[in-house]
Amino acid sequence: MKKTLTTLTLAAGLLAGVPAMADLVMPSLSYRTGPYAANGIPFADAYADYFTLLNERDGGIGGEKIKLVECETGYNTEKGVECYESTKGTGALLYQPLSTGITYQLIPKVTADGIPMLTSGLGRTSAADGKVFKWVFNFPANYWDGASIMVKYLLSENNDSLKGKKIALLYHNSAYGKEPIRTLQDLSKKYGFKLSLIPIDAPGQEQKSQWLQVRRERPDYVLFWGWGVMNPVAIQEAANIRFPMDHFIGIWWSGSENDVKPAGAGANGYKALTFSGVGDGFPIYGDLKKYVYDAGKAAGAGDQHGTILYNRGLYAAMLTAEAAKKAQELSGHARITPAEMRDGMEALNVTEDLMAKDGMPKFGPAFQVTCANHGGSGQAQVMQWDAKAAKWNVITDWIQSDSSVIQPLIDADAAAFAKENNITPRDCK
Amino acid sequence: MFYREAGDFKTSYRDDGQTFPIRFDRYRYYAVLVFGFVVLPFLLNDYWTNAVFVPFLIYAIAAIGLNILVGYCGQLSLGTGGFMAVGAYACYKLTTAFPDVNIVFHILGAGIVTALVGMLFGLPSLRIKGFYLAVATLAAQFFLVWLFNRVPWFYNYSASGQISMPERTVLGIPVTGASVAPWAGYLVCLVFAVALAWMARNLTRGSVGRRWMAIRDMDIAAEIIGVNPLKAKLTAFAVSSFYVGIAGALFFSVYLGAVEVGEAFGIQKSFAVLFMIIIGGLGSIFGSFAGAAFMVVLPVMIKLVLVDTLGWPTDLGAHIQLMVVGALIIVFLIAEPHGMAQLWRLTKEKLRLWPFPH
Repeated sequence: MKKTLTTLTLAAGLLAGVPAMADLVMPSLSYRTGPYAANGIPFADAYADYFTLLNERDGGIGGEKIKLVECETGYNTEKGVECYESTKGTGALLYQPLSTGITYQLIPKVTADGIPMLTSGLGRTSAADGKVFKWVFNFPANYWDGASIMVKYLLSENNDSLKGKKIALLYHNSAYGKEPIRTLQDLSKKYGFKLSLIPIDAPGQEQKSQWLQVRRERPDYVLFWGWGVMNPVAIQEAANIRFPMDHFIGIWWSGSENDVKPAGAGANGYKALTFSGVGDGFPIYGDLKKYVYDAGKAAGAGDQHGTILYNRGLYAAMLTAEAAKKAQELSGHARITPAEMRDGMEALNVTEDLMAKDGMPKFGPAFQVTCANHGGSGQAQVMQWDAKAAKWNVITDWIQSDSSVIQPLIDADAAAFAKENNITPRDCK
Repeated sequence: MFYREAGDFKTSYRDDGQTFPIRFDRYRYYAVLVFGFVVLPFLLNDYWTNAVFVPFLIYAIAAIGLNILVGYCGQLSLGTGGFMAVGAYACYKLTTAFPDVNIVFHILGAGIVTALVGMLFGLPSLRIKGFYLAVATLAAQFFLVWLFNRVPWFYNYSASGQISMPERTVLGIPVTGASVAPWAGYLVCLVFAVALAWMARNLTRGSVGRRWMAIRDMDIAAEIIGVNPLKAKLTAFAVSSFYVGIAGALFFSVYLGAVEVGEAFGIQKSFAVLFMIIIGGLGSIFGSFAGAAFMVVLPVMIKLVLVDTLGWPTDLGAHIQLMVVGALIIVFLIAEPHGMAQLWRLTKEKLRLWPFPH
């Protein structure tokens, strides 16, 4: 039986195996199934739609068509490995796994295989250190930036003093949720607030005990690092105990329509960070409608347009496309290799003009990637949910993270990684 | 015609008791071994190693381990994921504490640590049975995952709580980390799988295995004929956990390279391994391999056919895969409760008579 199955698979593999080396291949390790599907679908749809738009409107990038290879991970690390191995042979230019767990697994693999990986606002924070992580990028902002931006925002709300305040971090008990702890601990020392940590085990449909703890400790603010079904449950629970919603702030992955809508009016005033545009008022939506939606080429069910996570997918695809253009410019030919793609990403300079030209003015922060800094500028905005109008409103300008706290942490963590893996940091002049 | 005992004369008790009494079977077994050790390493690429063969071999080891406990000794356990986590974290702690010692010894050490932990959690089995024991081992599953998440010492105080495997070599060839050649990781797993399967086969047909089976079939009768339930049950827990621990260590070090305990070793892993032995066949070493192959290969095969070849949407493929695997589990439970091992047994019976059945 074992042998028969093996032969069958081998036969199936031969059917599927021949990689097409033409075009610019962009793998999309998406998750449209499983406990995180509600969040994975809009991102995957947007990622596909943006490249369809480029193919339809501009004939690809620099005359080369883009071929999107989608692979379903289900947010599962084992399937993530399978997806990576099955797509890397197709000439994949850039990986964006949208999962911190899969990112950790792929960091050594992409480094060995020489394929760049972009983890915007997720993944391993110290990958911002381009000297150690040559192939990994996490611009425009990372979790430690997020933690710092939240604290900075709270400072501005409290006349620049958080002394004696109590702040609780409610987090997904995994690599993703644990990332901000170290930064927040340092910040609590610096600003004199008291930090309490409240983990939620994935998937987090049941959070009564955590919110009981919140009621007991009465924190002034709750910071939230959740993902998937955990988000709406937390917001519902907060509404149930009448926690003041404007004192409840989520990271950029805990602020989408999926998360606030189930709590109805109770979610009004909930805040979250974002580093990508809000709403569908951008010129690019005109083009998307004309070339993609109305042409019947939209990915998925097509019901996600204009949502927060859809916009984040567009943003991720835009950064990818711009990096590819840069790579073509640097290498002088259109059919770039993964190594040239990496050079393009390292030379990426996202300006206001560039975003405006792409039909996405002020969609994200302006930033420049360098050899040493793969983390971008570390800026984000705070947005607030208006339950009556059912929309997010951006309520601050771009807030810059406190690099005097974060940079030493990044340097220390990157140095530890370099030592563990015998990497000599690159010389970046 | 070829598949029969006739003409294959056994002249000693040793010959009479061998695992493969039929000559054809014996040669087939050697052929599979030669193919696995000599031919496959040359054919494998990254994809086939990491997506199919390495997980298959690792799950097979875990399934053999669980089969010893459930299939041979009759002690239902839902703690497999937790025990695999013990193996993985033990391997990680050992290899970061003693980086100069060969990784093979660390993996064996991880197995021994897991065996001790398994015996500890096996103690309640002396008092409670059946479903109640399953609940007790379920507690082990949740406790162990909680422990590895809660105590930073286990993950060396890393910021994210993840454990990542540094590069380790065997005879100068890297077998863990990023730059592993496909054949190297595969061969390490294969050596462990073959050695452990060989050991399990010989344990289960010796006096130890007979004691386990006596306990499984009727514990009071076993006690009356002189089987010590304490020893029999605890050895079953120890040996089973040793296997599961090695599987966990390999799963972390060779296969994934970076692991997050809740995600990789959660309750769904316990169920996955339990399904493998139920589908493969309880109380059968071959069944453990067949079940592992079924659960690892089938999803990959469905994906290759539906998504990569026919170009269906990825989510549709994933949903169909869930439905097919689920349906097949039910079909197996109804149509062949003894699993694939029983199908194999029936095939062999038929083959013996072929082409002249009565």
